[in-house]
Amino acid sequence: MISFKLNDEQEVVREAMHDYAEQAMRPIAREADEESKISDAFLAQTWELGLVSTQLPEEFGGGGEPRSPITNAIVLEELAWGDATLAIAAFAPAAFAFSIADQGSHEQKRELLPLFCGESVHAAAIALGEPGPLFDPATPRTLAEPKGDDGFVLSGCKSFVPLGDAASHFLVIARHNGGRDAFIVARDAAGLSISGPEKNLGLKGLCTSTLELERVEVPASARLGGAEGCDVQRIIDHARVALAAVMTGVSRAAIEYAVPYAKERRAFDQAIAQKQGIAFKLADMHIETESMRWLTWKAASELEQGLPATKTAHQARDYAARNSMWVTDQGIQVLGGHGFIREHPVEMWYRNARTLGVLEGILSA
Amino acid sequence: MINFEPTENDQKILDAVREQALICRKYARYYDENEHEFPPDELEEADGYPNVYALYAQSHTENDTGLPCMSMLILMGETWGDYSVRMRRGKGGLGNAALRAAGTPEQQQKWGDLTLAMAITEPGCGSDPSMVQTSAVLDEATHEWIINGEKIFVTTGCRAEGVVVWATLDKSAGRAGIKSFLIEKDTPGFVVAQKEKKLGIRADDTAAYVFTDCRIPRENLLGGNEEIPKQGSGGFKNVMKTFNMTRPGVAAIGLGMAEATLDFTREQLEAAGLSVEYGGNSATRPAAVEKFQRLEQLFEVSKLTILRAAWLSGEGQPNNMEASICKAKTGTAVRDITQGCIEILGVMGISRDYLVEKWFRDVRITDIYEGTGEIQRMITARGLLGYGRAELN
Repeated sequence: MISFKLNDEQEVVREAMHDYAEQAMRPIAREADEESKISDAFLAQTWELGLVSTQLPEEFGGGGEPRSPITNAIVLEELAWGDATLAIAAFAPAAFAFSIADQGSHEQKRELLPLFCGESVHAAAIALGEPGPLFDPATPRTLAEPKGDDGFVLSGCKSFVPLGDAASHFLVIARHNGGRDAFIVARDAAGLSISGPEKNLGLKGLCTSTLELERVEVPASARLGGAEGCDVQRIIDHARVALAAVMTGVSRAAIEYAVPYAKERRAFDQAIAQKQGIAFKLADMHIETESMRWLTWKAASELEQGLPATKTAHQARDYAARNSMWVTDQGIQVLGGHGFIREHPVEMWYRNARTLGVLEGILSA
Repeated sequence: MINFEPTENDQKILDAVREQALICRKYARYYDENEHEFPPDELEEADGYPNVYALYAQSHTENDTGLPCMSMLILMGETWGDYSVRMRRGKGGLGNAALRAAGTPEQQQKWGDLTLAMAITEPGCGSDPSMVQTSAVLDEATHEWIINGEKIFVTTGCRAEGVVVWATLDKSAGRAGIKSFLIEKDTPGFVVAQKEKKLGIRADDTAAYVFTDCRIPRENLLGGNEEIPKQGSGGFKNVMKTFNMTRPGVAAIGLGMAEATLDFTREQLEAAGLSVEYGGNSATRPAAVEKFQRLEQLFEVSKLTILRAAWLSGEGQPNNMEASICKAKTGTAVRDITQGCIEILGVMGISRDYLVEKWFRDVRITDIYEGTGEIQRMITARGLLGYGRAELN
């Protein structure tokens, strides 16, 4: 049946993530942005939530909970409401780990998943995006050429790869054999240069890197899914849903900040919230935040049910990107001059939304 | 679990709706161009096509989608065919909901089987119904109300068998003075002045009424309470509550036509060799396809906001804000979708050889009736801000 009902666990998780976002993330978000740095203490503390390991199989040390894109969308919205940069730093290794869990060969799961089930933070990342204005995830420029029967040679460039400074492995999406494949590349692979941190408009606390792959040789066993390869579009679909959830959280932060501001701020004998121009803007900000959430949930539910999700995931990311930009933009406008000043978080959310909107990959739900 | 896929049973019903809708669509152009005629109460094809609500009642199990959400999808499916033409014209009108909300059991018994229109709007008031000028004066000697006034934009107003009319006992009392009265057709002093000439939904019988010293029995006051409360707005709020399912319904009606427009446009794009694909991004997409995909997104989110409002109602949860959200969002979306599709289609989009230009005209009322988009945003903003009419108006 058609339903918006969260199950009991999801209700509990949502509340818990919201509390965590409020208590552990909001207080440090501005500093992370100013310093372009996220503390190891935060990452360690957040690792204990089990964001990456809970949905990995028990067999490999994980929590054994069912893979749930819906639950992850709910978690990501709350954490991103707290702060998108911190949320991504905490969740990015899941993009790598979930892809292995979903589509890896047994050997790949056995070798890699336990890394994410230990007590200490373990970073890894997906490398999908590439520099340049015409990047299309359907046709990456990064190329994988076969090397005999037993390996591949990877060449190309990936940008905005999160956690590039700490990641032990990257899942590199490349063109191969008329289609696409994903390759597990260790950070110390010969021919791989990791430069960074990139200097970005938003998500500034997140260390993102550029990967140059100059004829990086990897064994056949590095191809995700082994000899069968994998469904790269599915990885992208999961990634898009996660991004849409993050952008929903950022939008919600903006509207929830603008409402009390507008009720307190007075002009011409009234709260500015009492002016229709402002009131209608707030209404539309809320309407768009709701809208992008439902479309995100639709895509998440299709993924969760094993249904084709490419169209809805595409729509959800696209819609959330455009509208989270709009919502945060309006948020600044409601705050007027104060919206422009770094004392209030809205300008940071605006920069974060603009940055999030150009991304593909980096996360997974 | 969160899910937006119809079940197999749901889909059978929705397929049946579509099947009937396609037949109704064959008559769409004719009744659009022949406004003086009404679509028949039953099409000649009606035999052999079941009533879909009866189908629903027969096949529905507890695992299938509840009636509030399904009725939204059914409405969408019907207007995907045509706004006005139906296999069998349904009984009942907007006045029937008002009778159920405000009428005594005796009144519901007496008039419940009639098709009742709802007459609120007047030439001088729409968004602010407290400004109603139509008056009801009690003749104590004859136990009759004497009704004087004009009503416009009355949906189903030509063919209704009766009408629920908002009239005031005392203009100075504002909202509190307004009551609902049941007036049967052919009551002396009640004239259907005309069928309105409209931009769209031309086949729909939207009427203008004039009441001139129209006398109705004292018992025709719905609910029977002749008192004007000194405080509060009397029964006003109860009647406003019926909007919580009619607003999503009206949004769904508009969205069905927007979906028809998108479907037609998609076919034309494909016929022109432009395939609408997902998975990549807009970097290398033709502009027409990129534009089309944005319009499709508007459709998808509008539908979800409608389902959200309906689902909450089905769960017995308040949905006042969500009803306004979906009406506001969909009202704007259907304008953008139909306007945008015509931009994509070019001359084909404005030709009366195709139905797109009709759907463009038909959907325009969506953002206006049952509460304009501005009113919906007002309600949404008040909800967000915790404001009442005193703080934000």
